Amino acid sequence: MTSNLETADNPEQLERIVIEPLTRVEGHGKVTLLQDENLHIRQARLHIVEFRGFEKFIQGRPYWELPVLVQRLCGICPVSHHLAAAKATDMLVGATQLTPTAEKIRRLMHYGQTLQSHALHFFHLCSPDLLFGFDDEVRHRNIVGVIEDNPEIAKQGVLLRKYGQEVIRLTAGKRIHGTGAIPGGVNKSLDREEINYLKKDIEQIVQWGQGAVELIKRIFFEQLDYHMSFARFDSNMLGMIGAKGEFDIYHGGLRARNADGDMIFDHVDYTRYSDYIREGVKNWSYMKFPFIESLGAENGWYRVGPLARVNNCDYFSTPLAEQQRRIFREAGHGRPVQASLAFHWARLIELLYCTEAIRELLLDPDISGKDLLNRGALQHCGIGVLEAPRGTLFHHYEIDADGIVNKANLIVSTTNNNQAMNESIRQVANSYLDGNRLSEPLLNQIEVAIRAYDPCLSCATHAMGKMPLEITLLNENAEIIDRLEKRVTGEIQRCSS
Amino acid sequence: MSSKNTFMLDGVAIEFSEGDTIMDAALRSGSYIPHLCHNPEFRPHGSCRVCVVNINGRQVSSCTQPASAGLEVDNSSEDLVQERRNLLQMLFVEGNHVCPGCEKSGACQLQAVAYYTGMLSPQYTHFFPQRSVDASHPDTAIDFNRCILCELCVRASRDVDHKDVFSISGRGIGSHLVVNSPSGKLGDSAFAATDKAAHVCPVGAILPKHRGYEQPIGSRLYDRSPISIVGDVAAHESDDQGDTHGR
Ligand code: SF4
Ligand code: NI
Repeated sequence: MTSNLETADNPEQLERIVIEPLTRVEGHGKVTLLQDENLHIRQARLHIVEFRGFEKFIQGRPYWELPVLVQRLCGICPVSHHLAAAKATDMLVGATQLTPTAEKIRRLMHYGQTLQSHALHFFHLCSPDLLFGFDDEVRHRNIVGVIEDNPEIAKQGVLLRKYGQEVIRLTAGKRIHGTGAIPGGVNKSLDREEINYLKKDIEQIVQWGQGAVELIKRIFFEQLDYHMSFARFDSNMLGMIGAKGEFDIYHGGLRARNADGDMIFDHVDYTRYSDYIREGVKNWSYMKFPFIESLGAENGWYRVGPLARVNNCDYFSTPLAEQQRRIFREAGHGRPVQASLAFHWARLIELLYCTEAIRELLLDPDISGKDLLNRGALQHCGIGVLEAPRGTLFHHYEIDADGIVNKANLIVSTTNNNQAMNESIRQVANSYLDGNRLSEPLLNQIEVAIRAYDPCLSCATHAMGKMPLEITLLNENAEIIDRLEKRVTGEIQRCSS
Repeated sequence: MSSKNTFMLDGVAIEFSEGDTIMDAALRSGSYIPHLCHNPEFRPHGSCRVCVVNINGRQVSSCTQPASAGLEVDNSSEDLVQERRNLLQMLFVEGNHVCPGCEKSGACQLQAVAYYTGMLSPQYTHFFPQRSVDASHPDTAIDFNRCILCELCVRASRDVDHKDVFSISGRGIGSHLVVNSPSGKLGDSAFAATDKAAHVCPVGAILPKHRGYEQPIGSRLYDRSPISIVGDVAAHESDDQGDTHGR
């Protein structure tokens, strides 16, 4: 299934274009394109400098620190790491079953963070492309433009995110670097006052969640062919699934379907993930390329995240999201929806689900329960897996008899999508860039394809910050012949030499 | 009589008894002088220097300075507070004190004193010393990264437990805490979790195992009130001795 733009035959004779760093994605990465003298794209690669030092850093630390320590892995999605590590430490302390209060508080925290992450991604990072088009003027194609033209949409985006952050703050103790989930449970539940505070706005939040799905559908159907074909390719889909096949992002088994929707495996106990998933390496990238072992590296790569999850599940347990899932699946005509831009659509259905699931939990008396912890005998190995906003996240630790970590392996969501993101930019390069002199709107299409995955390059690289875009056109002697710079302000400057 | 046995601390008269240090008298009167290595249960040590005060333009450690009648003691001038911040800065960079990842955060005396004096982030270059965690004991772990060499555990183990489990080895910047046992490991020593030495560490260096972050943010020792009101970590050690381990 891998397309042929991964490696050009004679790269030294080709012009090299570097897009670095990517804008409006989290973290640090770059894209390199090689173009020949006839302007044909011959090679396209996404490079993410993955930081593996973290697994070393936590060696020698006590296991009970893990859920808080690993949050430092990423400033963007600390709660995902907090919860995945907490699940792994549950296993370490022999907690095979959490108390109802502990599980529900953790779920609440997880739905809160997924809500805030999805809201941030769609409204702040992607709505400019989708509302104004990829070739809209750069100066305008950003969140400031959205606030000017669609103040109501911008406001809802901000408040949806804020609500998610409040859920995190109350369940984890803090908006970032919380400590709520601990080995075997949680350290607090919610009191009356906290529950009432969250209940106050939840109806409005669910309504805005519905509005968000309606908005993306409207955008999508306005140019259906284009949105369904942009960076579209067939892939396998991997994700977690509840015991009855329902959508579940906190706990369950692993399910993988092929491009036709046929099951590759289902309800796999995630502690056996290493029997099913391998991490491949390529000589041109530091980031691993995971694949489904039974299919091999060439055909076994897959997509994770909202697109995979909404395609994979049999149903949503909440009515509004389920209604939207059906409409979504119809767009696939019996097969999983494969369009890369459908990630946005699926992401907002998930956002809606999170609002409904939070509403349900706020009515559940267990969230103010007092039975917080459950522990048994200390175990040597702990594996925690959950569906982070960006996709399946694996945390795997081994400890010695004293409780000190001596081995750690993490597969972050963005790494799971590595091959798929590379595939996406090759599709775009082939369809839109080939034969053209490169311009900002054309290069933005590359970024649009990558942004659909909401990659957390911060997770994968442990670097932070949004930086200006730099595109460099090099000749075969590595001399710069053209350079395009996009400042943080959106200002564009061409510096030809 | 009372005017005879008083000195002035920032303009407030403090009574003292024969043999008191400035720190003793201040603590008894409820006046706070920041400190780390001092614990009224043990003989003063004068090593952390955080309790420095000004007497007639001379800087002295209040935990070792005998009180005497008529002294004018400055505990709050900007110069003095700056001096304390500098001392705290050094303590922070000499070890590996990473508050966001530390389970003692919010209940740590080093952090609380830093807040109290307004030391917000270290300016000196971090040493990043290579230190380890000793978790060989079934109930208690030592994270040497966070040791500030206050010697309270040394004093407690020697003077109260009569076990001499801990000593300081090396000199100057090479000083470090060692465990007196054949292997150098705590699990191999006479240490017990019920020892006094297990309950005097002002920072997150000597900690009960398996507990981690069981105490939620918001209900930790210094979450609601500053150390000048709450007092030392060791004074509250018995508050949170509930058996949460192995529930
Ligand atoms: S371990 Fe704690 S009590 Fe002992 S010297 Fe170090 S900081 Fe002081
Ligand atoms: Ni991340």
